[in-house]
Amino acid sequence: MLDFFHANLSYILSGISVGGQYALIAIGYTMVYGILRLINFAHGDVFMCAGLMMVYLSASLPMTASIPLVLVLTVLLGFIIERAAYKPLRSAPRMSVMISAIGVSYLLQNAALYFTGGLAKVYPTIPWLSQTVKIWGSTTKMVTLVTPVLTIILVVLLSLLIKYTKVGMAMRAVSKDFETSRLMGIRINTVISATFVIGSFLAAVGSMLYFTNYASVTPISGSMPGLKCFVAAVFGGIGSIPGAVIGAFIIGIAENIIKGGSSIFGFGGSGWTTFSDAFTFALLIIILVVKPTGLFGEKATDKA
Amino acid sequence: MAENVLRLEDVTMQFGGVVAVNNLSLEVNRGEIVALIGPNGAGKTTAFNCITGIYDPTNGQISFNEKTIVANHPRGKMRKLYAGENAKKYVAARTVDPTPDQVTKLGIARTFQNIRLWKSMTVFDNVLTAKHMRAKQNVFSATLRITYSEEKRMREETIALLEEQNLLQYANDLAVSLPYGLQRRLEIARALATDPKLLLLDEPAAGMNPQETQELGEFIVQIKEKYGLTVFMIEHHMDLVMQFSDRIYVIDFGRLISQGTPAVVQADPKVINAYLGVSE
Amino acid sequence: MKKKSKAELWLAFGAIALIYIAVAILEKTVNANSIIFTVLKKGAIYSLVVVSMNLLNGFTGLFSLGQAGFMLIGAYTYAIFTMPTEIKLTESVYKYYEAAVKFDTGIFIGLICAGLMAALFAALIGLPVLRLKSDYLAIATIGFAEIIRAIFQWDVLGPITNGANVMREYLDLTDVTIPFTKIPFPPTLFVFVASGVCIALIVLLINSSYGRAFKAIRDDEVAAEAMGINLFKHKEMSFVISSFFAGISGALLAMYQYTVQAAQFKSAMTYEILLIVVIGGIGSISGSCIASFLYIAASEWWLRGLDMGKFLGIESATVFRSGFRRFVFSIIIMLIVLFFSRGLMGDREISFAGLIKRFNKHAKPAKAAKGGGIDG
Repeated sequence: MLDFFHANLSYILSGISVGGQYALIAIGYTMVYGILRLINFAHGDVFMCAGLMMVYLSASLPMTASIPLVLVLTVLLGFIIERAAYKPLRSAPRMSVMISAIGVSYLLQNAALYFTGGLAKVYPTIPWLSQTVKIWGSTTKMVTLVTPVLTIILVVLLSLLIKYTKVGMAMRAVSKDFETSRLMGIRINTVISATFVIGSFLAAVGSMLYFTNYASVTPISGSMPGLKCFVAAVFGGIGSIPGAVIGAFIIGIAENIIKGGSSIFGFGGSGWTTFSDAFTFALLIIILVVKPTGLFGEKATDKA
Repeated sequence: MAENVLRLEDVTMQFGGVVAVNNLSLEVNRGEIVALIGPNGAGKTTAFNCITGIYDPTNGQISFNEKTIVANHPRGKMRKLYAGENAKKYVAARTVDPTPDQVTKLGIARTFQNIRLWKSMTVFDNVLTAKHMRAKQNVFSATLRITYSEEKRMREETIALLEEQNLLQYANDLAVSLPYGLQRRLEIARALATDPKLLLLDEPAAGMNPQETQELGEFIVQIKEKYGLTVFMIEHHMDLVMQFSDRIYVIDFGRLISQGTPAVVQADPKVINAYLGVSE
Repeated sequence: MKKKSKAELWLAFGAIALIYIAVAILEKTVNANSIIFTVLKKGAIYSLVVVSMNLLNGFTGLFSLGQAGFMLIGAYTYAIFTMPTEIKLTESVYKYYEAAVKFDTGIFIGLICAGLMAALFAALIGLPVLRLKSDYLAIATIGFAEIIRAIFQWDVLGPITNGANVMREYLDLTDVTIPFTKIPFPPTLFVFVASGVCIALIVLLINSSYGRAFKAIRDDEVAAEAMGINLFKHKEMSFVISSFFAGISGALLAMYQYTVQAAQFKSAMTYEILLIVVIGGIGSISGSCIASFLYIAASEWWLRGLDMGKFLGIESATVFRSGFRRFVFSIIIMLIVLFFSRGLMGDREISFAGLIKRFNKHAKPAKAAKGGGIDG
């Protein structure tokens, strides 16, 4: 058993690393869904934009300036998207908002395509994170170790915020009952904006960790991770933050074990890579059929 | 000799810790107009929902024309929660949980407390769509117009129904553009379109003034005679209930507290206390 | 009561016949390489898939985002079935695999099988998926579409699907002939006829008793169930029929492109189709058709200049370069989604009465629905 671990350590480590990065993005999906019942299709593309922003900013500014600037700009982007594309449709049927989210996703991808000219951009190396490190015979980057730790710290901070601050309490109230919260005087706009701000911030952090590992940024770099993180959120129970985190780690680890499939399981050849993506969706289908509310989700309520 | 149309036996509906309907037993016989009254939240609409298959009751049995259409007994978590005396009686019986469309096919139609007309459709189409269930066709024959005679028949019957309700002049208007009282009439017409034998009306007179209520009562008697229906209705308008029902059941907190003819129920002190208010 | 007057129906037939005649004339007179044929062919194909999506999303209210997956199934089924057996057995297409499917059929059967195969997959997928609430339905269908795409690219299935490689050498638009003869049939007209027949069937369905049942489910499914409409059966019906036509549109797309590859049927294609549904009006068939042609015309033709350095007389190679067209396009779509969410036609169909009213300045405004004057 230990030998298995040792031989395939690199896959497992990658799995934990990407799992943490997915977790940071998945939280954004789950929080927005919990409050607005909206699948924010554009979230993955915000993540991608954060990556591109870093590419362009770091070309003219030192890293100490680029990093905070990327965080601020990504948060701004998330905020603007909510105000411009979702807020006006708050009273419209749910399908309209989802269509708007799809439209924003489309817009971000095409904007990126236009401004980058379509070629993949190379993500700058962030000092220290890109340092190589040797663990138990496997070579990997520092970011692989930093990610799970950072993720856990941020998640803990977020949980504290939700549990002990006024804003956090407001968020919990709104996700339980939107209308009543509004009637009770909770400033809905503030709560919603805060949700998007937090989600975008975490996505920006996630992008820095992710692209340090997979250094190529293209306009569609956000769509697969975005979809997977969404699945992670559904798997863990959409609306539940711990669920999203656990779901993301499971998906990240499973995905990498499958990528290493031919060496781990001993057969299959190159077919495994295609399936690591399909695995995520198969998992989605299974969870939707068996328990749609996910691992930690609430029980479905009865029809009135 | 009274022929039974609807019978509820020990029907209980429990949602987690809340017992909405508690060991309710009642009977409705052919040709009667029976009313179910009680304060708000007493469990009346829940009882309706158990009959029509929207809820599967926690316990009990419902039969239509002496045939069991709903039967259930507590299992799993519910067994721990529900410890009623009658819980064991139905354990041996097999479970029957119909879907609402199956119940309607058997001949039970209903209206809703908060009108549920199809908003994008006209008055005519709202009634016409309710005829879909009984049409002798399949998707291919309908699309290729092979069974066009069925479509014609459905349309003619719809015209007749609307005419009888004095709604024909609104046929091409959107259903939701009708005034409230007419919308309720339309919902009844739509229910009638399914060729029911038993009509469940959920607060048909809600929002109506005394004159409209009177007209509604006379109308209910009319269609009952014309279509050979049995009517079971939930109502709060006491003038409608007392004047037009043959018998009344009174429930409060899910339990039956009184039953009988209007005269009997009106005089029952339990009812007065719980619902009608202390006299003078 | 509600049926259009006979005169309106005849006018509609006449107008449609005119369109077909116009297309036929164009094909005989204009150079076959003209962009106008690209627009017409692709527009007709997209019309079909957009209408099929509107049937499911707009008329039945099922927010399903799996259309691209069913197009893929249809396209590949068609390609595999119509590829001549001699070519299958050589290495020209199936370079790395030994072809497993060793027969071939004609175009018509190929198209029908494409639809049937897509319908079969839909029937199976619908079983678990249609019981889900709207948001979850959307996610599940996206998931299935992606799984289908992965399966078709899987090299283990290479003998059937050619794995991730391109499918070619099947019967395409140049092979269409007048039935039972060898006389070539104009390709654009063929696409129009194929799409037209399918769309006509969908229109017949929507105006039938089942179409009303679908709309009832969309408007209020609790009431629909209470009026005897079996929810699952009708949702499955809508899903399967919609996918059948999506499969046929996939096959037509394969015919038009001369090659197909699984990788092109990404979720992005479904989003594109959904956006066209919105532009045309959710619940309007004529809107879907008009929007499809406008969309294709804009993206392939009118806005081309945005990619090529020159637009509306303004020259700027730095701004008008590759990718600008799609960028501008996405902005326009966002504007439509935000400000014109009812689309071109809302939920109404194009009608002569409506058009006449628009042009007739002296016409009284359309009578508002009654309701105000009744005392109840």
